[in-house]
Amino acid sequence: MREQTEPAGPRAFKDDRRLVEALRSGDEAAFASLLTRYHASLLRLAMAFVPSRAVAEEVVQEIWLGVLQGISGFEGRSSLKTWIFQILTNRAKSRGAREYRSVPFSQLENPGSSPEKPAVDSAWFMSDGHWVNHPQRWDEDTPEKLLLSKEARLYIEKAIESLPPNQRKVITFRDVEGLSSEEVCNILELSETNQRVLLHRARSSVRRALERYLDGKIDRT
Amino acid sequence: MMNPKAVNELVLQYLAGNLTCKEVTDLVTDFLEGRLTFMERVRFQMHLGLCLDCRAYLSQIKQTIRTLGKLPAEPIPPEVEEELLRRFRNWKRR
Repeated sequence: MREQTEPAGPRAFKDDRRLVEALRSGDEAAFASLLTRYHASLLRLAMAFVPSRAVAEEVVQEIWLGVLQGISGFEGRSSLKTWIFQILTNRAKSRGAREYRSVPFSQLENPGSSPEKPAVDSAWFMSDGHWVNHPQRWDEDTPEKLLLSKEARLYIEKAIESLPPNQRKVITFRDVEGLSSEEVCNILELSETNQRVLLHRARSSVRRALERYLDGKIDRT
Repeated sequence: MMNPKAVNELVLQYLAGNLTCKEVTDLVTDFLEGRLTFMERVRFQMHLGLCLDCRAYLSQIKQTIRTLGKLPAEPIPPEVEEELLRRFRNWKRR
Protein backbone atom coordinates (compact mmCIF):
# COMPACT_ATOMS: atom_id res chain seq x y z
CA MET A 1 0.00 0.00 0.00
CA ARG A 2 1.15 3.50 -0.65
CA GLU A 3 2.09 5.94 2.04
CA GLN A 4 -1.13 7.56 3.17
CA THR A 5 0.24 10.54 5.02
CA GLU A 6 2.04 13.59 3.80
CA PRO A 7 5.51 13.84 5.26
CA ALA A 8 4.36 16.16 8.02
CA GLY A 9 6.83 17.66 10.44
CA PRO A 10 10.04 19.57 10.00
CA ARG A 11 10.98 18.43 6.51
CA ALA A 12 7.65 19.22 4.84
CA PHE A 13 7.54 22.50 6.68
CA LYS A 14 11.00 23.44 5.52
CA ASP A 15 10.17 22.69 1.87
CA ASP A 16 6.81 24.44 2.10
CA ARG A 17 8.37 27.39 3.87
CA ARG A 18 10.99 27.83 1.21
CA LEU A 19 8.34 27.64 -1.49
CA VAL A 20 6.03 30.06 0.32
CA GLU A 21 8.85 32.56 0.82
CA ALA A 22 9.74 32.33 -2.86
CA LEU A 23 6.10 32.90 -3.84
CA ARG A 24 5.78 35.90 -1.55
CA SER A 25 8.88 37.43 -3.04
CA GLY A 26 7.37 36.97 -6.51
CA ASP A 27 9.55 34.10 -7.72
CA GLU A 28 7.88 32.95 -10.94
CA ALA A 29 9.72 29.61 -10.97
CA ALA A 30 8.21 28.81 -7.57
CA PHE A 31 4.72 29.44 -8.90
CA ALA A 32 5.46 27.42 -12.03
CA SER A 33 6.59 24.49 -9.88
CA LEU A 34 3.38 24.73 -7.89
CA LEU A 35 1.36 24.65 -11.11
CA THR A 36 3.23 21.60 -12.31
CA ARG A 37 2.75 19.85 -9.02
CA TYR A 38 -0.91 20.56 -8.30
CA HIS A 39 -2.80 21.84 -11.34
CA ALA A 40 -3.86 18.42 -12.64
CA SER A 41 -4.79 17.22 -9.15
CA LEU A 42 -6.88 20.31 -8.57
CA LEU A 43 -8.66 19.82 -11.87
CA ARG A 44 -9.38 16.19 -11.05
CA LEU A 45 -10.69 17.11 -7.62
CA ALA A 46 -12.71 20.09 -8.86
CA MET A 47 -14.45 17.82 -11.35
CA ALA A 48 -15.80 15.83 -8.41
CA PHE A 49 -17.63 18.95 -7.20
CA VAL A 50 -19.00 20.57 -10.33
CA PRO A 51 -21.02 19.18 -13.24
CA SER A 52 -18.66 19.87 -16.13
CA ARG A 53 -15.02 20.05 -17.04
CA ALA A 54 -15.39 23.60 -18.31
CA VAL A 55 -16.68 24.76 -14.92
CA ALA A 56 -13.93 22.77 -13.17
CA GLU A 57 -11.30 24.55 -15.26
CA GLU A 58 -12.73 27.92 -14.25
CA VAL A 59 -12.77 26.85 -10.61
CA VAL A 60 -9.12 25.83 -10.76
CA GLN A 61 -8.15 29.23 -12.20
CA GLU A 62 -10.04 30.84 -9.30
CA ILE A 63 -8.19 28.58 -6.86
CA TRP A 64 -4.82 29.74 -8.16
CA LEU A 65 -5.86 33.35 -7.74
CA GLY A 66 -7.08 32.43 -4.25
CA VAL A 67 -3.67 30.93 -3.51
CA LEU A 68 -1.94 34.16 -4.57
CA GLN A 69 -4.34 36.27 -2.54
CA GLY A 70 -3.97 34.10 0.53
CA ILE A 71 -0.28 33.23 0.44
CA SER A 72 0.77 36.17 2.61
CA GLY A 73 -1.49 34.83 5.35
CA PHE A 74 -0.34 31.19 5.09
CA GLU A 75 0.97 30.22 8.51
CA GLY A 76 2.16 26.69 7.85
CA ARG A 77 -0.26 25.11 10.32
CA SER A 78 -1.10 22.52 7.68
CA SER A 79 1.00 21.48 4.71
CA LEU A 80 0.82 23.76 1.69
CA LYS A 81 -0.89 20.94 -0.20
CA THR A 82 -3.68 20.61 2.38
CA TRP A 83 -4.06 24.38 2.45
CA ILE A 84 -4.45 24.53 -1.34
CA PHE A 85 -6.90 21.63 -1.30
CA GLN A 86 -8.86 23.45 1.38
CA ILE A 87 -9.16 26.49 -0.90
CA LEU A 88 -10.30 24.14 -3.62
CA THR A 89 -13.02 22.63 -1.45
CA ASN A 90 -14.33 26.02 -0.40
CA ARG A 91 -14.47 27.38 -3.95
CA ALA A 92 -15.66 24.18 -5.57
CA LYS A 93 -18.36 23.65 -2.97
CA SER A 94 -19.96 27.05 -3.41
CA ARG A 95 -19.59 26.80 -7.16
CA GLY A 96 -20.95 23.26 -7.16
CA ALA A 97 -23.94 24.28 -5.06
CA ARG A 98 -24.73 27.03 -7.56
CA GLU A 99 -24.25 24.84 -10.63
CA TYR A 100 -26.21 21.90 -9.25
CA ARG A 101 -29.23 24.01 -8.32
CA SER A 102 -30.52 23.60 -11.85
CA VAL A 103 -29.74 19.88 -12.07
CA PRO A 104 -32.54 17.45 -11.19
CA PHE A 105 -31.91 15.75 -7.85
CA SER A 106 -31.94 12.29 -9.41
CA GLN A 107 -28.78 13.15 -11.31
CA LEU A 108 -26.88 14.15 -8.18
CA GLU A 109 -26.56 10.75 -6.58
CA ASN A 110 -26.32 7.63 -8.64
CA PRO A 111 -29.55 5.82 -7.78
CA GLY A 112 -27.75 2.51 -8.10
CA SER A 113 -25.72 3.33 -5.02
CA SER A 114 -28.29 4.08 -2.35
CA PRO A 115 -26.99 3.65 1.19
CA GLU A 116 -29.00 0.46 1.69
CA LYS A 117 -27.25 -1.35 -1.12
CA PRO A 118 -24.26 -3.34 0.13
CA ALA A 119 -20.87 -2.33 -1.25
CA VAL A 120 -20.31 -5.88 -2.42
CA ASP A 121 -23.15 -7.55 -4.29
CA SER A 122 -24.90 -10.21 -2.17
CA ALA A 123 -25.45 -12.25 -5.32
CA TRP A 124 -21.74 -13.11 -5.24
CA PHE A 125 -22.27 -15.17 -2.11
CA MET A 126 -24.14 -18.31 -1.26
CA SER A 127 -26.69 -18.23 1.54
CA ASP A 128 -23.98 -19.33 3.99
CA GLY A 129 -21.88 -16.28 3.04
CA HIS A 130 -19.28 -18.11 0.94
CA TRP A 131 -18.20 -17.05 -2.53
CA VAL A 132 -20.22 -18.17 -5.57
CA ASN A 133 -17.72 -16.81 -8.08
CA HIS A 134 -14.24 -17.14 -6.73
CA PRO A 135 -12.12 -13.97 -6.99
CA GLN A 136 -9.17 -14.42 -9.29
CA ARG A 137 -5.67 -13.76 -8.13
CA TRP A 138 -4.34 -10.81 -10.13
CA ASP A 139 -0.68 -10.67 -11.12
CA GLU A 140 1.43 -8.60 -8.78
CA ASP A 141 2.17 -6.04 -11.51
CA THR A 142 -1.47 -5.61 -12.52
CA PRO A 143 -1.58 -1.86 -11.70
CA GLU A 144 1.54 -1.14 -13.75
CA LYS A 145 0.35 -3.24 -16.67
CA LEU A 146 -3.11 -1.69 -16.63
CA LEU A 147 -1.82 1.87 -16.54
CA LEU A 148 0.37 1.34 -19.60
CA SER A 149 -2.79 1.26 -21.67
CA LYS A 150 -4.54 4.52 -22.43
CA GLU A 151 -7.79 2.64 -22.86
CA ALA A 152 -7.46 1.21 -19.35
CA ARG A 153 -6.59 4.62 -17.88
CA LEU A 154 -9.68 6.17 -19.44
CA TYR A 155 -11.76 3.26 -18.23
CA ILE A 156 -10.53 3.75 -14.65
CA GLU A 157 -11.13 7.51 -14.81
CA LYS A 158 -14.65 6.75 -15.99
CA ALA A 159 -15.20 4.25 -13.18
CA ILE A 160 -14.27 7.00 -10.69
CA GLU A 161 -16.42 9.59 -12.46
CA SER A 162 -19.47 7.36 -12.33
CA LEU A 163 -19.33 7.03 -8.54
CA PRO A 164 -21.80 9.05 -6.45
CA PRO A 165 -20.24 12.50 -5.77
CA ASN A 166 -19.19 11.94 -2.14
CA GLN A 167 -17.62 8.57 -2.86
CA ARG A 168 -15.83 10.10 -5.81
CA LYS A 169 -14.44 12.91 -3.69
CA VAL A 170 -13.24 10.60 -0.93
CA ILE A 171 -11.56 8.05 -3.21
CA THR A 172 -9.94 10.81 -5.27
CA PHE A 173 -8.51 12.56 -2.21
CA ARG A 174 -7.51 9.35 -0.44
CA ASP A 175 -6.37 6.87 -3.07
CA VAL A 176 -5.58 8.98 -6.13
CA GLU A 177 -4.03 11.99 -4.36
CA GLY A 178 -2.80 10.09 -1.32
CA LEU A 179 -4.16 12.30 1.46
CA SER A 180 -4.56 10.82 4.94
CA SER A 181 -7.95 9.96 6.38
CA GLU A 182 -7.58 12.82 8.87
CA GLU A 183 -6.85 15.36 6.13
CA VAL A 184 -9.80 14.18 4.05
CA CYS A 185 -12.17 14.35 7.03
CA ASN A 186 -11.05 17.93 7.68
CA ILE A 187 -11.23 19.07 4.08
CA LEU A 188 -14.58 17.45 3.31
CA GLU A 189 -16.00 17.96 6.82
CA LEU A 190 -16.84 14.30 7.23
CA SER A 191 -16.78 12.13 10.33
CA GLU A 192 -14.10 9.44 10.27
CA THR A 193 -16.75 6.71 10.11
CA ASN A 194 -18.61 8.38 7.27
CA GLN A 195 -15.40 8.86 5.34
CA ARG A 196 -14.51 5.20 5.82
CA VAL A 197 -17.94 4.00 4.63
CA LEU A 198 -17.69 6.17 1.50
CA LEU A 199 -14.15 4.96 0.85
CA HIS A 200 -15.23 1.35 1.29
CA ARG A 201 -18.07 1.66 -1.20
CA ALA A 202 -15.93 3.53 -3.69
CA ARG A 203 -13.06 1.05 -3.52
CA SER A 204 -15.44 -1.88 -3.84
CA SER A 205 -16.99 -0.37 -6.97
CA VAL A 206 -13.66 0.45 -8.58
CA ARG A 207 -12.32 -3.03 -7.77
CA ARG A 208 -15.42 -4.46 -9.45
CA ALA A 209 -14.82 -2.25 -12.48
CA LEU A 210 -11.21 -3.40 -12.74
CA GLU A 211 -12.30 -7.01 -12.40
CA ARG A 212 -14.72 -6.56 -15.29
CA TYR A 213 -12.03 -4.92 -17.35
CA LEU A 214 -9.50 -7.64 -16.63
CA ASP A 215 -12.06 -10.34 -17.38
CA GLY A 216 -12.64 -8.71 -20.74
CA LYS A 217 -16.31 -8.32 -19.90
CA ILE A 218 -16.58 -4.72 -20.91
CA ASP A 219 -17.25 -3.27 -24.27
CA ARG A 220 -13.82 -2.08 -25.41
CA THR A 221 -14.67 0.57 -27.89
CA MET B 1 -11.02 -35.79 27.34
CA MET B 2 -10.18 -34.31 23.93
CA ASN B 3 -6.56 -34.21 22.90
CA PRO B 4 -4.95 -30.74 22.57
CA LYS B 5 -4.73 -31.00 18.81
CA ALA B 6 -8.47 -31.55 18.47
CA VAL B 7 -9.12 -28.65 20.82
CA ASN B 8 -6.85 -26.44 18.71
CA GLU B 9 -8.72 -27.40 15.58
CA LEU B 10 -12.05 -26.68 17.18
CA VAL B 11 -10.80 -23.27 18.27
CA LEU B 12 -9.50 -22.60 14.76
CA GLN B 13 -12.77 -23.61 13.19
CA TYR B 14 -14.69 -21.54 15.71
CA LEU B 15 -12.64 -18.43 15.08
CA ALA B 16 -12.57 -18.78 11.30
CA GLY B 17 -16.18 -19.90 11.13
CA ASN B 18 -17.17 -16.74 12.93
CA LEU B 19 -16.75 -14.68 9.79
CA THR B 20 -18.19 -15.51 6.39
CA CYS B 21 -16.51 -14.48 3.13
CA LYS B 22 -19.22 -11.88 2.70
CA GLU B 23 -18.44 -10.41 6.11
CA VAL B 24 -14.74 -10.35 5.25
CA THR B 25 -15.46 -8.26 2.14
CA ASP B 26 -17.55 -5.90 4.30
CA LEU B 27 -14.71 -5.46 6.80
CA VAL B 28 -11.86 -5.12 4.34
CA THR B 29 -11.62 -1.31 4.50
CA ASP B 30 -11.91 -1.28 8.29
CA PHE B 31 -9.07 -3.81 8.31
CA LEU B 32 -6.86 -1.76 5.99
CA GLU B 33 -7.64 1.42 7.93
CA GLY B 34 -6.69 -0.26 11.20
CA ARG B 35 -10.19 0.14 12.57
CA LEU B 36 -10.95 -3.42 13.64
CA THR B 37 -10.95 -4.37 17.32
CA PHE B 38 -8.33 -6.86 18.41
CA MET B 39 -10.75 -9.80 18.30
CA GLU B 40 -12.19 -8.73 14.92
CA ARG B 41 -8.68 -8.54 13.55
CA VAL B 42 -7.85 -12.01 14.87
CA ARG B 43 -11.00 -13.45 13.28
CA PHE B 44 -10.36 -11.57 10.05
CA GLN B 45 -6.83 -12.90 9.80
CA MET B 46 -7.88 -16.40 10.82
CA HIS B 47 -10.38 -16.39 8.00
CA LEU B 48 -7.77 -15.13 5.54
CA GLY B 49 -5.37 -17.82 6.69
CA LEU B 50 -7.89 -20.47 5.72
CA CYS B 51 -9.59 -18.90 2.70
CA LEU B 52 -7.78 -18.57 -0.59
CA ASP B 53 -10.66 -16.62 -2.18
CA CYS B 54 -10.70 -13.93 0.48
CA ARG B 55 -6.93 -13.63 0.28
CA ALA B 56 -7.33 -13.05 -3.45
CA TYR B 57 -10.06 -10.49 -2.77
CA LEU B 58 -7.94 -8.56 -0.27
CA SER B 59 -5.06 -8.58 -2.73
CA GLN B 60 -7.38 -7.24 -5.46
CA ILE B 61 -8.46 -4.39 -3.18
CA LYS B 62 -4.83 -3.56 -2.41
CA GLN B 63 -3.99 -3.59 -6.10
CA THR B 64 -6.99 -1.38 -6.82
CA ILE B 65 -5.65 1.16 -4.32
CA ARG B 66 -2.17 0.91 -5.84
CA THR B 67 -3.61 1.41 -9.33
CA LEU B 68 -5.45 4.55 -8.25
CA GLY B 69 -2.31 5.90 -6.58
CA LYS B 70 -0.38 5.53 -9.82
CA LEU B 71 -3.03 7.02 -12.07
CA PRO B 72 -1.11 9.63 -14.06
CA ALA B 73 -2.33 13.22 -14.05
CA GLU B 74 -2.61 15.02 -17.34
CA PRO B 75 -0.03 17.78 -17.68
CA ILE B 76 -1.15 21.39 -17.47
CA PRO B 77 -1.90 22.71 -20.99
CA PRO B 78 0.77 25.25 -22.05
CA GLU B 79 -1.76 28.01 -22.76
CA VAL B 80 -3.32 27.62 -19.31
CA GLU B 81 0.11 27.69 -17.70
CA GLU B 82 1.06 30.79 -19.67
CA GLU B 83 -2.15 32.57 -18.66
CA LEU B 84 -1.63 31.73 -14.97
CA LEU B 85 2.00 32.86 -15.07
CA ARG B 86 0.86 36.10 -16.67
CA ARG B 87 -1.56 36.61 -13.79
CA PHE B 88 1.23 35.82 -11.37
CA ARG B 89 3.36 38.59 -12.90
CA ASN B 90 0.42 41.00 -12.59
CA TRP B 91 -0.14 39.96 -9.00
CA LYS B 92 3.54 40.48 -8.27
CA ARG B 93 3.45 44.04 -9.58
CA ARG B 94 0.72 45.02 -7.16
